[in-house]
Amino acid sequence: MADIKKIATRDSYGAALVEMGAKYDNLVVLDADLAAATKTGVFKKAYPERHIDCGIAESNMMGIAAGLAAAGKLVFASSFAMFAAGRAFEQVRNSIGYPHLNVKIGATHAGISVGEDGASHQCCEDIGLMRTIPGMVILNPADDTEARLAVKAACEYEGPVYLRFGRLAVPVIFGDDYKFEIGKGVTLREGTDVTLIATGLMVGAAIEAAETLSQEGISVRLINMPTIKPIDKEIICKAARETGCIVTSEEHNIIGGLGSAVAETVTGCCPVPVVRHGVEDVFGRSGAAVKLLDMYGLNAAGIIAKVKEALALKK
Amino acid sequence: MDAATKKQLELNAAKIRRGIIEGVYNAKSGHPGGSLSSADLMAYLYFNRLNIDPAQPKKADRDRFVLSKGHAAPVLYSTLANRGFFPVEDLATLRKPDSYLQGHPDMKKIPGVDMSTGSLGQGISAAVGMALSAKLSGDSYKVYALLGDGEIEEGQVWEAAMFAAAKKLDNFIAIVDNNGLQIDGPIDEVNSPYPIVEKFEAFGFKTLTADAHDFDSLDAAFNEADKADGRPVAIVMKSVKGKGVSYMENNVSWHGAAPNAEQYAIAVKEIEDVIAALEA
Repeated sequence: MADIKKIATRDSYGAALVEMGAKYDNLVVLDADLAAATKTGVFKKAYPERHIDCGIAESNMMGIAAGLAAAGKLVFASSFAMFAAGRAFEQVRNSIGYPHLNVKIGATHAGISVGEDGASHQCCEDIGLMRTIPGMVILNPADDTEARLAVKAACEYEGPVYLRFGRLAVPVIFGDDYKFEIGKGVTLREGTDVTLIATGLMVGAAIEAAETLSQEGISVRLINMPTIKPIDKEIICKAARETGCIVTSEEHNIIGGLGSAVAETVTGCCPVPVVRHGVEDVFGRSGAAVKLLDMYGLNAAGIIAKVKEALALKK
Repeated sequence: MDAATKKQLELNAAKIRRGIIEGVYNAKSGHPGGSLSSADLMAYLYFNRLNIDPAQPKKADRDRFVLSKGHAAPVLYSTLANRGFFPVEDLATLRKPDSYLQGHPDMKKIPGVDMSTGSLGQGISAAVGMALSAKLSGDSYKVYALLGDGEIEEGQVWEAAMFAAAKKLDNFIAIVDNNGLQIDGPIDEVNSPYPIVEKFEAFGFKTLTADAHDFDSLDAAFNEADKADGRPVAIVMKSVKGKGVSYMENNVSWHGAAPNAEQYAIAVKEIEDVIAALEA
C-alpha cells in the first residue's frame, strides 16, 4: 500500500491563512500565546504587522476580535478549542454572535486527539457550545484539502464562523477537484441499508468502516458533513427516507454535536433510528492520540458496531 | 470653556436627564442611577468632543464610543436622540417588544451605537479592538469607553487594560464613572476595586481624574487626554449616582428601579425647573 500523506488540519489552517492574507489586506490574525501550536506562526512570519498576539487572555482576545471586526477588519481569532469555545464562550456569544460580527474563530486542538496533554485540554464540547449561538456557522473539516477550503469559504462569508481543527496528522482524503460549500454535506458513497454521516477526523475511519461493511454485504451510504451549522437538512432527510436508519460519527461528545444535529433534523422530517458514535459523555485522558482514539472506540471498529446497532433497530 | 458653551452643555445634560427618566418610567424598568451619573459626561462628549455626524452614523473616520457599562443604555439613547440620531419621542419606547431601543445597547438596531454591550467587562475589549484597528490602518479616530466602577471588578477589564498598554494604544480613552455604588451596595464594601487610579497607572495608563459634574473639569481632563504619549488614557471621574433627581442621588436602590407616577412627576419637575432656568 502506498504511503498515505498525512497532514494535521491545524497546519492547513496556518497555510490557508497565509494564502488568504495575500488576498485580503484587511485580514488580521489574533492568537493567545499559542501561535506555534495553532500554526498561525506561519502567518506571523508572512505578515508580522497583521498578526497580533493577545497573550494568555482569550476572553479579551474575543473582544478585541469583535472591535476589529466592527471597525472593518476580517479577523481570525485563534486558540485551542477548549479556550476559544469554552473559556471565552460568553464573549463569543455576546460580543461576536449577538452583533453578528465578521469574526472567524480558528479553534485547534479539538477532541481527544490532542493526546498527551490530557482531559483539561481535550475539548469535546465545543460544537455543542457553539451550536447554541444564533447565527454561528460551524465548520469541522476532515482533511487538509477541506480545511483550506473551509478557511477560504469562511473569508467569503460575512458573519461569525467557528472552524474546528485537529492537532493530529490525518490522511489527506480529498483531491484538488474537491468542492466545498458551507451548509452542504457531501455523499462519498451511495448505499441503501444505512447512512453513515461523519465529520472531521472521523471521516477517515468512516470510509474504512463503509468499505468493510460492504464486504459483509451491507450497503452503506456515506456522507461527509463538514458543516455542522447550518446543517444540511436536505441530504439528511433524504438519507432517512431512503435508507431507514442513520449512524453519526464525530470526535466530540455524543451530546450536542453532529449526532444531536442530525437527530434533531430527522425527528422533524422522517423519524428513523439515529445511533450516535463519538465520545460517550466522558472526559479524555493522557496518552498518544492514536492509542486514545482506539481506547475510546473512535475507529472503524467502533463505527461498525454502531452501524449494526442501527440496523437492528431498523428491523 | 466659555460661559455660553458651558450653559449650552448644562442644558443638553438636563435634556438628556429628562429623556432618561422618560424612558425608564415608560419601560417600568431600567437603570436610572448610573445613567444620571454619566449624563454630564455624555453631553460633553456628544455635544462638544466627539467627531460624529448624526446624518452619517457609520462614517468611517468617526470617533467611536462604547458604553461598556451597557446597563446605562438610557443615557446613551437619550444622548443620541437629543443629538439628532433618532427622534426624542422614541425614548418612551425603551425596552418595549416592538422598539429598537433594547434594554442594553444593540449596534445592529440603533443608529449611533458603535458596539453591542451589556455583559460587563466586554465593551472595553471591543473598544480596544477598535483602537487597534485604527492604529493598523493609520486612521486618526479615537475610541472612548465608559466603564462603571463596579464593572471594573470584572477580570476582563484588566486583560483589556494590559493589552491596550502593551500595544501602545494612545488613541484609546477609558472613562470610569466612579459613583461609588453597585447593585449590592457601596463598591468598597462589595468587592473594592480601589485604588482605581493607581491600578490603571500600574497597568501602564496615563491617568487623569475629573469631577463628572463640572464641565471645566471634564474639559481639562479630555484636553490632557488628547496629548498622546504612547500610553492609553484612563479618566477616573468622581460622580454622584442618580445625579439631578434629588431622591435618587447617592441612593443605591435607584441602580435598577423605575419611578412610580408620583416619583416620575417629581423627577420631571426637578429637571424641567433646571431646563427653564437655563433657557430663561
